[in-house]
Amino acid sequence: MALQTTKTMSEERAPILVGFLTMLRKEVTRVFRIWSQTLLPPVVTTSLYFAIFGAFIGSQIAKIDGFSYIQFIVPGLVMMAVITSAYSNTVSTFFGAKMQRNLEELLVSPMPDWVVIAGFVSGGVVRALLVAILVLIVSLFFTHLIIFNLFIIFAAAFLTSLLFSLAGLVNGIFAKSFDGISIVPTFVLVPLTYLGGVFYSINRLPPFFRFLSLGNPILYMVNAFRYGFLGISDVSVTVSFEVMIFVTLALLIITLWLFKRGSGLKN
Amino acid sequence: MSDGTKPAAIKIVDLKKVYGTGVEALKGVSLTIAEGEFFALLGPNGAGKSTLISVLAGLAIKTSGTVEVCGVSIDENIDKAKSFIGIVPQEFNFNWFETVIDIIINQAGYYGIPRHVAMPRANELIENLGLADKRDTQAMKLSGGMKRRLMIARSLIHEPRVLLLDEPTAGVDVELRRGMHDFLRELNAAGTTIILTTHYLEEAEQLSREVAIINNGSIIKQGSVKSLLANMNSVTLLLDTVAPISTAELQLARALPITRIDDTTLQLKLAPGETVNDYIRKLSTIGVQISNIRNNGSRLEEVFIDLIQKD
Ligand SMILES: Nc1ncnc2c1ncn2[C@@H]1O[C@H](COP(=O)(O)OP(=O)(O)OP(=O)(O)O)[C@@H](O)[C@H]1O
Ligand SMILES: [Mg+2]
Repeated sequence: MALQTTKTMSEERAPILVGFLTMLRKEVTRVFRIWSQTLLPPVVTTSLYFAIFGAFIGSQIAKIDGFSYIQFIVPGLVMMAVITSAYSNTVSTFFGAKMQRNLEELLVSPMPDWVVIAGFVSGGVVRALLVAILVLIVSLFFTHLIIFNLFIIFAAAFLTSLLFSLAGLVNGIFAKSFDGISIVPTFVLVPLTYLGGVFYSINRLPPFFRFLSLGNPILYMVNAFRYGFLGISDVSVTVSFEVMIFVTLALLIITLWLFKRGSGLKN
Repeated sequence: MSDGTKPAAIKIVDLKKVYGTGVEALKGVSLTIAEGEFFALLGPNGAGKSTLISVLAGLAIKTSGTVEVCGVSIDENIDKAKSFIGIVPQEFNFNWFETVIDIIINQAGYYGIPRHVAMPRANELIENLGLADKRDTQAMKLSGGMKRRLMIARSLIHEPRVLLLDEPTAGVDVELRRGMHDFLRELNAAGTTIILTTHYLEEAEQLSREVAIINNGSIIKQGSVKSLLANMNSVTLLLDTVAPISTAELQLARALPITRIDDTTLQLKLAPGETVNDYIRKLSTIGVQISNIRNNGSRLEEVFIDLIQKD
């Protein structure tokens, strides 16, 4: 067992850039490698929504703000897929790494905490945006696409995937068991999404429920995204982006703080 | 450093670690390990060895005290301090589904080394550690000893100045252990500071120049292997007898520092200055013939047990 130390290694190292790219590469490879778990399910689920709510039931529902029901719900359903994909990606990669202990590979490295966070989040964002594109393609079988403002579409999708990737990461940090990674999606995420104006305009709700809906952050994401397509929104688009940016920053600060304290990560 | 003195590889002052559960795993440890040293950390189960190593590697957060790695304080620049360290933890901690080469190359990436630079070195490490034919095998399909070697290869990919090994030879067969020892010796000779924990005291005796004995979260003895052995209170030897020892013979040998282990084995405790000859002679006058004299395990082991029992 002779060890010849290769001296080609002494050149400058870049834990920030190379470290991030290594994580990104690993994450993206994973998304494609297990595409039947990462990309296919949201596409199938959303297609069912398109068919049932859009085509079958939707044909019997009156137009909303001049758009057919399916046109109205497509942006919301895409957003729903974005939210679940982003969240479940980080929660499962992070929790998996924690359980198998290979999270330690990252913790012993000289990558700053924010790079490790960015690495995990990159996986969620990439997967969510891929799912969004796939679901939009599928939607073309049911209706035609209207695009009001491409930049708003992209910004809303990106911010939402970022936000829920971070949220999934926070969940993964706190989770101690496999139950701990399914509680939030089932009991918080799904209800908030269903009540977040995906299927209806909150303007048609009784005032009390309309008011209550305004406390649901997902409402703002869905409406900002829908605005990008249809140019209509239940809430101010500026406020929507403010909410998204605020929640994203808050989650980022929480994640950084959790990493620094090491709770749920280190002893 | 400006004054020409090299900073210590590891400098720990009054390090304390209390786990969330309230367990006080380190109770004020101070330790300085010079660069280039081959250092063994010895202690019984639960002494705090892994905890100490985890704090050094950034896997556990210290409660108080200071830690410097190659002159860099972990409070001031933990990321830089980490870049000097390579760690082989006690428990396997790689992704079971990844291949050997991927695990090593990804680790290089986390240290900021691009793939094309890391690849030749990774192949070389795999080769040197006898894993060449497992290069593209998933980690879970490796044997225990191979997994351990994979962790060694992974820990060395960024050419660390300080290598921390937490029981690197646990579950490794004798021949392989010897190979690993040679490997570590060469690594150390090439300049890498090595700190290892082990339960095999003969391993520490053979490999390291310096040892610290830790018990219940405190270092109870530290020094060169030589000095520890020199200060030994007694040497224990095992004597094989030609014939089974009778009760009468044992009665006669009562005054001697001898205990019966089994029918044909006696244990002799030799105080400093005493010679084996004396006792062999005395035994033979009683009628006990000795066919063989054996060392009772490693000598360091005796010092160790002695110290732990006193503590
Ligand atoms: N994650 C943890 N949470 C709480 N207590 C812990 C944790 N890890 C270790 N301990 C406790 O800290 C003490 C020191 O443990 P440590 O693992 O450092 O011992 P060790 O010297 O490495 O033992 P061994 O030789 O068995 O590996 C023990 O009492 C142990 O129970
Ligand atoms: Mg241990």
